[in-house]
Amino acid sequence: MAQAAIELIGINKNFGAVRANRDINLEIARGTIHGIVGENGAGKSTLMSILYGFYQADSGEIRVGGQPASIKTPNDAIALGIGMVHQHFMLVDNFSVLENIILGAETDALLKSSIAKARSELDRLEREYGLEVDPDAIIEELPVGLQQRVEILKALYRGAEILILDEPTGVLTPAEADHLFRILRQLKEQGKTVVLITHKLREIMAITDTVSVMRQGTMVATRETRKTTVEELAELMVGRRVLLRVEKGEAEAGAVKLVVKNLTVRDSRGVTMVDDVSFDLRAGEIVGIAGVAGNGQSELLEAISGIRHAVSGSVMLEGKPIDLTGKADPGELRDRGLAHVPEDRHHVGLVLAFEENENSILGYHDDPRYLKGPFLNIDAIMADARDKIEKYDIRPGNPRLKTANFSGGNQQKIVLAREIEQDPGVLIVGQPTRGVDVGAIEFIHKRLIAMRDQGKAVLVVSVELDEIRSLSDRILVMFAGRIVGERGPDATEGELGLLMAGVEHQEAAQ
Amino acid sequence: MSTPYAKLPAWADYGLIPLINLSVAFIVAGFVVMLVGENPFRAAVILVEGAFGKGTGIAFTLFYATTFIFTGLSVAVAAHCGLFNIGTEGQAYIAGLGIAIVCLSFDSTLPWWLTFPLAIVASALVGALWALIPAYLQARRGSHIVITTIMFNFIAASIMVYLLVGPLKPAGSQAPQTRNFLAGAELPKLNWIIELFGAKIRSAPLNVCFLLALVMAFLVWLLIWRTRLGYEMRTYGHSPKAARYAGISETRIIITAMMISGALAGMMALNPVMGDQHNVAIDFVSGAGFVGIAVALMGRLHPVGIVLAAILFGMLYQGGAELAFEMPAISRDMIVIIQGLVILFAGALEHMFRPYIQALFASFSPKSVGMQAVTGKGA
Repeated sequence: MAQAAIELIGINKNFGAVRANRDINLEIARGTIHGIVGENGAGKSTLMSILYGFYQADSGEIRVGGQPASIKTPNDAIALGIGMVHQHFMLVDNFSVLENIILGAETDALLKSSIAKARSELDRLEREYGLEVDPDAIIEELPVGLQQRVEILKALYRGAEILILDEPTGVLTPAEADHLFRILRQLKEQGKTVVLITHKLREIMAITDTVSVMRQGTMVATRETRKTTVEELAELMVGRRVLLRVEKGEAEAGAVKLVVKNLTVRDSRGVTMVDDVSFDLRAGEIVGIAGVAGNGQSELLEAISGIRHAVSGSVMLEGKPIDLTGKADPGELRDRGLAHVPEDRHHVGLVLAFEENENSILGYHDDPRYLKGPFLNIDAIMADARDKIEKYDIRPGNPRLKTANFSGGNQQKIVLAREIEQDPGVLIVGQPTRGVDVGAIEFIHKRLIAMRDQGKAVLVVSVELDEIRSLSDRILVMFAGRIVGERGPDATEGELGLLMAGVEHQEAAQ
Repeated sequence: MSTPYAKLPAWADYGLIPLINLSVAFIVAGFVVMLVGENPFRAAVILVEGAFGKGTGIAFTLFYATTFIFTGLSVAVAAHCGLFNIGTEGQAYIAGLGIAIVCLSFDSTLPWWLTFPLAIVASALVGALWALIPAYLQARRGSHIVITTIMFNFIAASIMVYLLVGPLKPAGSQAPQTRNFLAGAELPKLNWIIELFGAKIRSAPLNVCFLLALVMAFLVWLLIWRTRLGYEMRTYGHSPKAARYAGISETRIIITAMMISGALAGMMALNPVMGDQHNVAIDFVSGAGFVGIAVALMGRLHPVGIVLAAILFGMLYQGGAELAFEMPAISRDMIVIIQGLVILFAGALEHMFRPYIQALFASFSPKSVGMQAVTGKGA
């Protein structure tokens, strides 16, 4: 085996009482693509942050190219040839590609020579790795896939031999992700080492040479990718067997519950986010809306749930219109049987500073069950919260615990329990399992299907194509604010991917 | 990773950390006292003895504390709704007008126990109305409440100066203040309570407003943590988006919270006006509204904490006055420096020592910092 590019030996890192990394040993061979998988909070990002100099390990040793290395700041890491592409890009939106690339690596007080040098260097990198980007384009005008390419170029420009990518495909269409993987393979062929952090097991299988699994701060296994399976990795991640695709019977679609007609929504800047969207939702079916993040799904959900003002169009709930002026009372919509699990549970669906029981009545705090005159009926609220904790297996099962102290999966269960237990006729769910542990995904999917089987109408918006395909009875694809196609649950990923990238849509327009 | 700091047991969170912060503030203040050439230990003794040593000192301390409880509660109520009410000063000042109208009208005809409730209502009402305009502007026009309340402090001050040198001033008087109230608008003193414990009091302004302040502290606790309105205020305060999602009207909640805040600020005026000076004079609030911000922060927006913090600031005021009297090198400005240090360490640098204490707790008793919650089962 080739010499290791990176060796981590006995790494420990605590945050106060939280043991984020415990005695981690990891060896990454030069010229390979190494995947690191694990649930949220397993310690992947912490480990990489230690390697990149954001954090210092409490104990342990890092060796780069066989030499013990002291990495105290990202600059040390860069000097050792380690580059990082963050999940959230670290780019200045209104700078050009070139300006972003030299940012922090300027050589003179005047930019002229740096820019000239960067331009020729960029030219070489682009040719060598097939990373074409217009050096004078402004970042905010570039699609996300290209912005990510700029991040990679930034790292290479600084002489990175080892490239760490943190959840790189979260914001990409399947086609863009494929392109990214081609780039990564090319980098590998040129002798670079790539570390890929992700929770998407299929990506790991598709591109990595070796894969390490983390769970609760420890490194539980390292495998050669071709000798393992998705099922084995999932089990290692969670610590028990998991069902990756939930079983469900045929849908028995009934009466129309929700009709969206010619809905158009603009955001605060006046940009049209939802453009003339029409569809309907029937009792006893799950309709999934697929699309790359930022194509109007969020605005669509907000408009239907009465939070966001719509410019034109109509939404009928059980035959009666919903006020789309932005002044609708979400409380009234709840009374009419519309429950909403918002995409952003941290800021919208929950108040993280509240105790669990306080969140279990959010939005239903006007319900006389929870009140005694102007006062809260604490006993009733607590009893209700305990009931939900039991039914939904929310852990830890303490209704007095601050919501921020629950894991992502359990927080999502708090929201789902609250909304589902009100027995709504229509349930709309944004990103049902974003940031949720693999174990909880299975539970949440089963609950949603159970809702459907009880004859409720369920609308699911998700950027996870797998989730949409596994849950939906009908799939609508959104691109640039429009619904560009409707497919059955058996649509292939490639077919949906093309729709999500707007390919068919653009061809039709020409 | 999102919460690098683990939890601490409540007694450490609410007892130990404030105590450490306070001690550091006093140590630094001690150095300042040394700089001006005085003995810091003697200064500390004078300060504490001045505030708590004699019955009169205690009565003065509690009198000042009464004022700060009202303003602290006022700031806290707004803060629970995510609003920074810097206008407590002006709301209290203008409320003096409401009190003046009630007292000047009824002090010759009604006994104090009838004038007092009327004055409470008047002060609360005027304070609330003064907060209403900035609240409306914030809720409907998006004008930032910090800016508008600061401006309203100046407007309140100008109106009061105009009234107190003009319409409200008795003819022929040289002083910019109303005429002195008659017995019907003088609140009974509470000095006898302290005298029950055997202390002698010469003359001190501690009055029934202190009891009113404690009642209001309890009512504020009830409001914030036990009523639907309080729940809605806290929801909005933590996350306006979540409040929108929950169907809570932004306009209604901002206006309600600010009016309650303004009412509490207004009630502060009762203490100096009816309890002590028996007239409305220029600048009778003298910064108590701003001290209320520090009191609310130090008291962690909890009524119990606010009462304790108010007593601490009452002590600094009373003990500080004694200190300035006993040590000529230490002027009133020095007291302001000490108060500033307390605010700096207890408010702004509140979390400075937290990580160290947490590390200490984690190494001695991992359980006490919620270690299980972290290593427990995932979902």
